[in-house]
Amino acid sequence: MSPLIQGVLTIIIGVGGCIGYFFASNLILDKVIFPPKGANPGRNINRANMVRPWLFLLPAILALGLYLVYPVIGSFWRSLFNRAGDEFIGLGNYITMFGDDQFRISLFNNFLWVLVVPAAATFFGLLVAQLTDRMKWGNIAKSLIFMPMAISFVGASLIWKFVYANNPDIGMINAVRDFLGMGPVDVLQIPFWNNFFLMVILIWIQTGFAMVILSAALRGIPEETVEAAIIDGANPFQIFFKIKVPQIMGTIVVVWTTITILVLKVFDIVYTMTGGNFGTEILPSYMMSYMFRDDGRATAVAFVIMLIVLPVMIWNIAQARKEMR
Amino acid sequence: MADLKLTDVAKTYGGTVDVLKNINLDIKQGELIVFVGPSGCGKSTLLRMIAGLEKITGGTLEIDGVRMNDMPPAQRGIAMVFQSYALYPHMTVRDNMAFALKLAKKSQSEIDAAVDRAAKVLQLDEYLDRLPKALSGGQRQRVAIGRAIVRDPKVYLFDEPLSNLDASLRVATRIEIAQLKEAMPESTMIYVTHDQVEAMTLASRIVVLANKGIAQVGSPLELYERPENEFVAQFIGSPSMNLLPGVIEKTGKQTTVKLDGGGTAVSAVPTQTADKGMKVNIGVRPEDLIETTGDYLYEGKVNITEALGEVTILYFAPEAKGVDPVIGKLPGIHGDLRGNLVKLNAPADKIQIFHEGKSLLYR
Repeated sequence: MSPLIQGVLTIIIGVGGCIGYFFASNLILDKVIFPPKGANPGRNINRANMVRPWLFLLPAILALGLYLVYPVIGSFWRSLFNRAGDEFIGLGNYITMFGDDQFRISLFNNFLWVLVVPAAATFFGLLVAQLTDRMKWGNIAKSLIFMPMAISFVGASLIWKFVYANNPDIGMINAVRDFLGMGPVDVLQIPFWNNFFLMVILIWIQTGFAMVILSAALRGIPEETVEAAIIDGANPFQIFFKIKVPQIMGTIVVVWTTITILVLKVFDIVYTMTGGNFGTEILPSYMMSYMFRDDGRATAVAFVIMLIVLPVMIWNIAQARKEMR
Repeated sequence: MADLKLTDVAKTYGGTVDVLKNINLDIKQGELIVFVGPSGCGKSTLLRMIAGLEKITGGTLEIDGVRMNDMPPAQRGIAMVFQSYALYPHMTVRDNMAFALKLAKKSQSEIDAAVDRAAKVLQLDEYLDRLPKALSGGQRQRVAIGRAIVRDPKVYLFDEPLSNLDASLRVATRIEIAQLKEAMPESTMIYVTHDQVEAMTLASRIVVLANKGIAQVGSPLELYERPENEFVAQFIGSPSMNLLPGVIEKTGKQTTVKLDGGGTAVSAVPTQTADKGMKVNIGVRPEDLIETTGDYLYEGKVNITEALGEVTILYFAPEAKGVDPVIGKLPGIHGDLRGNLVKLNAPADKIQIFHEGKSLLYR
C-alpha cells in the first residue's frame, strides 16, 4: 500500500473512530442507560448529564495514563534496579549518582542554564515586542525573530556550529577575530564560558516565543491607561516599566516558567555541539549518556529532573490559571 | 484656571482626510464648555487635540496666551477624565491619584495632603488602599476625577465620563460633576458627550459640532430657542424639531409663510419685503404645537400615539415615503386621537424660519 493511502486511511479511521465513539457512547447513555422516559425522566436526564463529561474525558484519561502516568511509575521502579535490571539495589543508583563528579557538574550547569536562559529570552522577547509594536516594518522583524522557533534544536545547533567554527573562513566569531588580527579560538572549549555560548542558541530560539506571547499581552493593555500616564507626565521609560510591565506581569511569569521547564528538558543542543565534553554537561545530556548503557542510572537521572521541574510546573499552571480568570 | 483659545484649528489624517477644520473658539476661565454632536463628528478628536494626545495639523491652540501646539501633554496644565476611567489596575486608589505628583517629584507630605484633600471631596477616604477592581463603576469614575483634581490643572477635560455608567448612576454622577464645578468656580472645564441631557444640564455654553466644523456655540437655552441652522434645531430637543416647507407670503415684523401642506404659519421672525416668495422651511418644536379648530399650520391624520402620562406624543402619517413624519407633543392624555384628522398651530414666537438650512434670525 502506498504511504499516501496509508496516511489518508489512518486519518479517516482515527477521526471517524473519535466521532463514532462520542456519538455511540452518548447514544447508549441517552437511550439505553438513562432514557428520558419511564418512571423518572427528570432524574434520568440529570444523571445522564452528570455522566456525560466523563464520556468525553475518558479517551484523554486513558491515553495520558498509558503514556504519562505509567512511564513515571515505571521509570521510578526501574531506577531502583541495577544496570541489567535483574537485581533490586534500592537507592543505589541515586547514591552513586550523587557521588559522581560529572553529575554534580551537570547539576551546576543546569542551574546556570535555568538562571540565564529564561531571564534572557524573556528580557529580549519583551524588548523586541515593545520596540516593534509601532514600527512599520515591525512585523517583518518579528517574523525574522520568530523563525528560529520553527527550527529543530539539532538544526539550530548545526547552524551555530558554523557560527562558532574554529576557522576564520567559516565561523563568524573567528572571522571578526581574524579581521582584528587575532588568532582563531574554539569558543566551545573555553572552560565555564562555553556553557554560555551554548545557552545563546536556546535564547536565540526562545526569544521568538517570548516575543509573540508578550507582544499579544502588550497589545491587550488598554490604550487609555497609557494615555492617562502620558497626561500624568510619564516619560516612555516610566510608561514601560511603571504602567505596561506591571499590567502584564502575570504573562511575563508564565513565559518565564514555561521556558524554565523547557530548559530543564533540552539535551539536543549540548549533545550536538559538545557531546557534554569540556565541562558542558547538563542533566538531560547526562541522562542520555547513560541511556541504553545503564538504564537504572538513566531513569534515576530522569526522575531527578522530574522532581526539579515539578515545582516550577505547578507554579506555572497556577499562574496561567490566574491569567485566564 | 485659564482662558483657552482655538484659532482655525484643523485635523487632517494622512494629509487627505479632513476630520475637523476652521475651529474657532474662545473659552473663558470658569466656563464649563460641552462639545456635543453626532457620533463621528470629531468631538473626541478635538478634546484629544487640546489634551495633546492627537497632533494639531492646522491652526493654533493657546492656553493663557501661550501657544500649546507642540507642548507635551503633561506641561499643558490639563487633566483628563476618560470614558473607560483608565485607572492603573495594578495601583491602589492612593497610588493612582499620587502617580502624577510622584512623577513631578513633589514631596511626600505634599502628595499626601493633595490626595487626602481630593479623597475627602470625592468621598473616597475609605477606599484609598483598594485596587480599582474592588470598586464599583461610579467609584472608579470618582477616582479618575480625583486623579485630575490632585494635579490642580488649569483645564479639566472630560471625555464622555458617564457613558460607561448605568442610568441611575449616570444621573447621580452628573449631579456630582455639577457640584464639583460649583465648588471650583475658577476652573475651566471641557466636557464631551453625545447625550443632550448632559449637555443641557451641565454646560455654561454648548458647542455643537457637525460636518467637520462648529454648527453653533451658545448657552443651552440659546440653542434651544434660537437655533442658527436646521442641524442644531433638529439635534437639540427630543423629539426633534419639525421642519415644514413653504413660501414666504407676507413680510414685515411678523412673517407669514404659506406651507406646501396647505396650512399657514405666522412667525415672529422679521423679514424684509425682498424676501417675499422665498422658499423656506419653518421649524416648530413638537412641544410647542397646540390643537386648534381655527387657523392651522398643519393638518394630518394621527398614525400612532404614545401616551407617557404627562404628555402624549402624536406621530402623523408622513406625506410621502422617506419624509420624516410630523411629531406633536401635547400635554396630558389624548389616547382618543389615533386615526383622527387633527389641526395644529403654534404661537408666533415659537416658529423658526430657515432658508437653505440657515435661520433667518442670523442674517
